Amino acid sequence: MPAIRRRSLLAGTAGAAGLLAAPAILRAQEVKELSFFYPVTVSAPMASIIEEYCAQYAKETGVTVRATYAGTYVDTLSKAVTAIRGGNGPQFSVMLTAAIHTLQALDVIVPLEDIGLDKAGEDWVASFWPAFMFNTRIAGKTWSVPFQRSTMVLFYNKAAFTKAGLDPDHYPADWKSQALAAQKLTDRGASPATWGIQFPADITNGHWTFGALCGGNGFDLMNAEGTKTYFDDPKAIEALEYWVSLSKTYHATPPGVSYWSTLVPNFLRGSTSIICSSSGNLATITKSATFPFDVALPAGNPNPGTVVGGGNIYIFKHASPAQRQAALRFAQWLTTPERAADWSIRTGYVCVTEPAFSAPNMQAYIAKHPVAGRPKSFLPVAHGELSTYQDARISTLLENHIAAALSGSATPEAALKAAQTEADAILRPYQHA
Amino acid sequence: MDGETHLGGWLLVLPAALFIFAFTNVPLLATLASSLYAAPIAGHGGGFVGLANFRALFADPSFRTSLVNNLVYAAVTVPASVVLALAMALGVNRAIPGRATLRLFFFLPTMLPMIAVGAIWLFFFTPQYGLLDRVTGLIGRGDINWLGNPATALPAMMMVAVWKQAGFFMIFYLAALQNIPPVLHEAASLEGASRRYFFRRVTLPLLGPTTLFVMVTATINAFCVVDHVVEMTEGGPDNASSLLLYYVYTAGFRDWQLNGAAAATIVLVVILSGLAALLFAVFGRRVHYR
Repeated sequence: MPAIRRRSLLAGTAGAAGLLAAPAILRAQEVKELSFFYPVTVSAPMASIIEEYCAQYAKETGVTVRATYAGTYVDTLSKAVTAIRGGNGPQFSVMLTAAIHTLQALDVIVPLEDIGLDKAGEDWVASFWPAFMFNTRIAGKTWSVPFQRSTMVLFYNKAAFTKAGLDPDHYPADWKSQALAAQKLTDRGASPATWGIQFPADITNGHWTFGALCGGNGFDLMNAEGTKTYFDDPKAIEALEYWVSLSKTYHATPPGVSYWSTLVPNFLRGSTSIICSSSGNLATITKSATFPFDVALPAGNPNPGTVVGGGNIYIFKHASPAQRQAALRFAQWLTTPERAADWSIRTGYVCVTEPAFSAPNMQAYIAKHPVAGRPKSFLPVAHGELSTYQDARISTLLENHIAAALSGSATPEAALKAAQTEADAILRPYQHA
Repeated sequence: MDGETHLGGWLLVLPAALFIFAFTNVPLLATLASSLYAAPIAGHGGGFVGLANFRALFADPSFRTSLVNNLVYAAVTVPASVVLALAMALGVNRAIPGRATLRLFFFLPTMLPMIAVGAIWLFFFTPQYGLLDRVTGLIGRGDINWLGNPATALPAMMMVAVWKQAGFFMIFYLAALQNIPPVLHEAASLEGASRRYFFRRVTLPLLGPTTLFVMVTATINAFCVVDHVVEMTEGGPDNASSLLLYYVYTAGFRDWQLNGAAAATIVLVVILSGLAALLFAVFGRRVHYR
């Protein structure tokens, strides 16, 4: 351990010396190689797209970015932090935006302002959609770069809507009409049954769905500092009661927990007519659906609402100043309008800036696939994703209690009260900080 | 024995002993030490806390659930794997056509990495169009949410474990069966012993050492193999499929509660040593070594 510390100290000194000796551009160019971790959590061919970007970046700038696929969001954080503690970590990584407080507590990330932003850099930071700055800009500092950003959306099968006598051009706006529509779309007599609606509730995804439901109820599950949760608020209980009623009262969704990974296949097979999923699955569904479909905001109480999600690019503290600069440069390059638009087209993630949305390639794609333009209009009513200190622990315990309510072993109120008690115990030490 | 022989013996075991000390004993002691300390949270607290981590552990409902789940999981998968392995071994020990192919089929799951097994079973368990629901669909009930229901999630994990390891244990039984001298069988048939009597009084006792070995291995597996939990359910729903080692993994590498994870590891080690001692004490005495 002491040896590693000494090494990073040496690297820091070398970097500081470089800082004094050379102008900004030269400094960044000294770094010829960077290591970058990224997760894959949607069904798009992300690995090959990222490889392609890295190859192009190397051709344009001579800087090699070694991109390593690191699993899910949780895996990526584990691997990056373990590697950093072992003295050989990546300089930057895509990680869950909502992991911000956890990463701050681990003291491994550095805000962009501390790396150094010139005027152009500040304008670039200001160009991201405000909805994507939740959990990103905290106390006047920007802790990461919005990159693979999404919102929770509903995909619905227009052919099934028409067949059930529903209006395929207007998705229901409030909870009650959504439930009644889902009921009409359900045929439990068929073998196998067809279901009206499915919300993912499994571990790592359940809290996100719940965030979207609470967003539709005009409610945030936590404070901005990430030190308090409000799971037992009447508005949250109302949202979970609604979720439970879809199975218990309306019989429009399978009982128990639906797994994230089964929803897109269910939708594409036509066995579920409405699914709640990430806008990041837009590209895959556009490519594979054999029936007309559309994307809508989840119905709300009384107005639709949703939650943002996805990953940002974080730059690690252990990188030398020159490496931090070089990493920031790559992040800037990745989010230039045309490339951000290309990323959005090929994955389904939402364009992170207005200029990306107006880029010619994006506009041409929207002209061909109008659904790709929808998520932009969802951003104004999108809430921030559940994000606290110890975020994975808090979201997992919430998901376990949601599962108890969905499977009928606890009432929504009892489940959320228990979740709040557990969350309070975990977060208490951070509330005095 | 003179001193020189002793020294020679010690020198011979020294390399192995050093490795065991460095890679087993030292980490265990470090874990024990770590379980008695706490890291500061948000700059407060930390230092030596005595048994506080253990108290917090047993106050955590998800730890208690994981502990109970794991005991149930072991109580089912160990006997089930042993019985199934023995049945398969007896089945393919006879001269039947296609014996080699059958043995290969039984052994196949063992050769797959647990991650691949998890991926296969994830498909088997998929509601509606997974293999299991296709089969149950034939008798009219084809929509079982195996992994999405707290009542079926743990049994589903058990099925995967038994399927994966029974073939492996079959190999040991097969080898042991081949080692039973044919003369015993001839003698028994001359005496007019029934097949059942022969199995109960001759085969089973002679398989004793194998059974003990298989049971210890299966018990260790029940506590130390959780790849399928990570891949298939992540311990959900409502902690229904969470096992002790999975709890340790999430506490340590997802939540960075390193001291809490160390305390859970100590509990795991205590349970495993206890079970191993019990198995050796109860069955070891009754095992007949030739």
